[in-house]
Amino acid sequence: MARQASKSSLLFSGSDWDFKTLSRAYDAIEALAVEELHLDTYPVQMEIISSQQMLDAYSSIGMPLMYRHWSFGKHFLHQDLLYRKGGRGLAYELVINSNPCIVYLMEENTMALQALVTAHAALGHNHFFKNNQLFKQWTDAGAILGYLDFAKGYIVRCEERHGLAAVEAVLDSAHALMDQGVFRYHRPPRLSSERQREGIRERLEYEERSYNDLWRTLPPSQQATNEKGQDPERKKSLNLPEENLLYFLEKNSPVLEPWQREIIRIVRVIAQYFYPQRQTQVMNEGCATFVHYTLMNMLFDRGQISEGAMLEILRNHSNVVFQPAFDDPRFSGINPYALGLDMMQDIQRISTKPTAEDRDWFPDIAGQGNWREVLLDAWADHRDESFIRQYLSPAMIRKWRFFVLGDAADQPHCQVTSIHDERGYRKIRDALANSYDLGANRPDIQVVDVDLLGDRHLRLQHKVNDGILLEDASRDATLRHIRRLWGYEVSLAAIDAETGATIHERSTSQIAG
Amino acid sequence: MPIFIDRRLNPKDKSFGNRQRFLRRAREELKRSIRDQIRTGRIADADSEHAVRMPERGTSEPSFNNAGDTGRRQHILPGNRHFSAGDLIPKPGGGGGGASSPGNKASEDDFRFVLSREEVLDLFFEDLELPDMVKLNLKEILAFKPRRAGFAATGSPTNINVGRTMRNSHGRRIALRRPKQVELDVLLEEIASLESAPSSVDARQRIAALREELDRLERRRRRIAYVDPVDIRFNRFDSRPVPNANAVMFCLMDVSGSMGEREKDLAKRFFVLLHLFLKRRYDRIEIVFIRHTHLAQEVDEETFFYNTQSGGTVVSTALEEMHRIIASRYPAHDWNIYAAQASDGDNFAGDSERCISLLNGELMRLCQYFAYVEIIDEREAHIFGSTENGTSLWRAYNAIDQKWPNFQMSRIATPADIYPVFRQLFGRQPASLKRA
Repeated sequence: MARQASKSSLLFSGSDWDFKTLSRAYDAIEALAVEELHLDTYPVQMEIISSQQMLDAYSSIGMPLMYRHWSFGKHFLHQDLLYRKGGRGLAYELVINSNPCIVYLMEENTMALQALVTAHAALGHNHFFKNNQLFKQWTDAGAILGYLDFAKGYIVRCEERHGLAAVEAVLDSAHALMDQGVFRYHRPPRLSSERQREGIRERLEYEERSYNDLWRTLPPSQQATNEKGQDPERKKSLNLPEENLLYFLEKNSPVLEPWQREIIRIVRVIAQYFYPQRQTQVMNEGCATFVHYTLMNMLFDRGQISEGAMLEILRNHSNVVFQPAFDDPRFSGINPYALGLDMMQDIQRISTKPTAEDRDWFPDIAGQGNWREVLLDAWADHRDESFIRQYLSPAMIRKWRFFVLGDAADQPHCQVTSIHDERGYRKIRDALANSYDLGANRPDIQVVDVDLLGDRHLRLQHKVNDGILLEDASRDATLRHIRRLWGYEVSLAAIDAETGATIHERSTSQIAG
Repeated sequence: MPIFIDRRLNPKDKSFGNRQRFLRRAREELKRSIRDQIRTGRIADADSEHAVRMPERGTSEPSFNNAGDTGRRQHILPGNRHFSAGDLIPKPGGGGGGASSPGNKASEDDFRFVLSREEVLDLFFEDLELPDMVKLNLKEILAFKPRRAGFAATGSPTNINVGRTMRNSHGRRIALRRPKQVELDVLLEEIASLESAPSSVDARQRIAALREELDRLERRRRRIAYVDPVDIRFNRFDSRPVPNANAVMFCLMDVSGSMGEREKDLAKRFFVLLHLFLKRRYDRIEIVFIRHTHLAQEVDEETFFYNTQSGGTVVSTALEEMHRIIASRYPAHDWNIYAAQASDGDNFAGDSERCISLLNGELMRLCQYFAYVEIIDEREAHIFGSTENGTSLWRAYNAIDQKWPNFQMSRIATPADIYPVFRQLFGRQPASLKRA
């Protein structure tokens, strides 16, 4: 009842929302976020959408603009079904890493939920997008929407000119290689502006027009005839080995038309754009969840949110961070929201109320009281793998009761290798961090050689780590797609990473159909 | 303060194009499953939405994936209760425990989605070889006729009701005291006459006052429009469904042993098509199923298609049964009667004459339309062309065909042969079908 007096300071009452209330709530939450958590965000653009539109957005990988492809239709049907059956609720929001940061709010949300979502997406995710190194260096928030618009239009024009089936075939093949279409280690080139791209296209067209077959008949120069040095020379000129298969095919495929290369480039750019998001799931969601939880509690403490609304917020919050144990039928892996939030709250605890153990493990942050700065630094500098390697504390491991299960395919049993005890802490931390290392978990496939002057046989190499091979059926189907883009025979050799021995080799000439 | 954009009114079918692309890609598989469903389902249900299994061929999205059953890996799991380091746990059957997500695949396999009525009919019609016009006709839901129904404040510009609009405008102009052109003219005239007269101080003052008055009136006229958007009224139209009568459809089929799976399937498609056609034209359709061997009986749909019965073949019993049912339940002045008969053409010797006399006597007069299909083997199809000879029933019905314009008969070997039977029915205008 003490709060009764401050009723006038409530940001909202009741569950209905309108744009004025939304705006007031945003202003209050943003002020608090800047003042208390020192967040630094892109300007926000909030868009109200219906559930149908949310489903639409889901099926086109969350982007507001997307070219057309049947696989998005398939995903839409799937999402739609899950939603209708009640098997899965829809997200309350969707946020896009762009500048201005676009946040989708569902119209069905109550005002309390809208406030929660505002704190979560418009501030939490937004701050993360703007400040995290991965996003800063690898994605171009200002240009992505413009690029997608260009991509959509370009693909429509291609469909008009070359037919749906031809465009679909290229997209199918490019989609199959999306995982192998990113630069993991060196920074991708910036998205060039529409005008520059136009220029490149014009130059290509000019080169096509002015092609003269005579040049081919000139006698070969000295260097090319030097047989000895040809092999390394060739690899060097093609920049081999190359891990970005889409990039390699786009630049070097002997059979693709310029428009097909452009389509591959579009798919590649989109894959690259999402690569940081896939590496920072725990951090991104953890950051957003930590921000909304902290801010909502602060607002409640200041009497700006009523008890009823706070209960609703807490209920939704605890649904989001629910983590069933491994033997629970509902278990489907580690919930990134829960892990991220818990680790960040753990940092807060270590910073303010450290135990002796924490002082041993985290001497530079324990008891310093500067959890805001520590978190801001973590959000800016880490991805999931490094964040966990750096900050997962023994207290967290005990709280979650983590254990590591060794699973070798040739054994009838799994073996528990580490549990939450002195001997296990470091091993669990390493194992968990490794499991978030995308580079180590995705199959490592590279282009190693191609003889452009001979039979144009494209050789790929799969480095087999820990004896983990590829799934046969999908490997063959994917190789067929590569063959379609390359135009000539393609083979994939599985090489054991430790011994260097060839385990087996699969070539498209062995694959029927 | 953020920017707000309300997108709720944006088009909602953003993924419609993608859905169509997907359906086109999976067309063959979907067609097969729709056909199976219509074959096993009820006739009247053909014309509705259908849930179908997610097609697999042609719609897989391959990529390089790690195989779950190879190599050494580590799962990190939460919620340890009683394990300690070194414990051995037997692997769960079927592989794939823990951190990876094999569950995703399994759920995708048994996942079904709903095709709309239009999509179902599209797939179903594909190998029936219906002309496009007929397909469109069948897919149209109901005929509506617009009828005048008062006035509305919104509408399309072509429907503006000028009289009503001007009446509103007039009333508003009176109520708001919009100065009339006449008043302005009077003032102008007075100014002109004063100006033409020799000027005096009085006159100049008078002119200034008049000009001011004129100015005021003109401003007022500009403010109060002659016709304001609020005056505009549109003719309102109500769409009323065109009244339709009742129809009853008799399905007659020979179920003796000679009618196998293929024959029944073709017969069913024939019945489905007639039903679809009738459904478009009539509000209420009842279906009566009469099967016969040497005895005829009215049965339900399930029994009609799936129960076999042994016995001879006497077609006239079915016609008699139909006649009896019409007499007792479907008086011809209330009902449009359609009959569709499917048979392999066998008949008991001497019975065909009886069929002729039954049809000639009463039945053909009662029936709006009588369609007979004889289901023959594909190998026989080229032997019987359109020749007169054939089974005894075919020869007998040929006589009827000559005499009655509302009788149609055809031999069917493949689904594509079904449509020509209805050609006359589809070709005619609805109006001429209605009886006085």
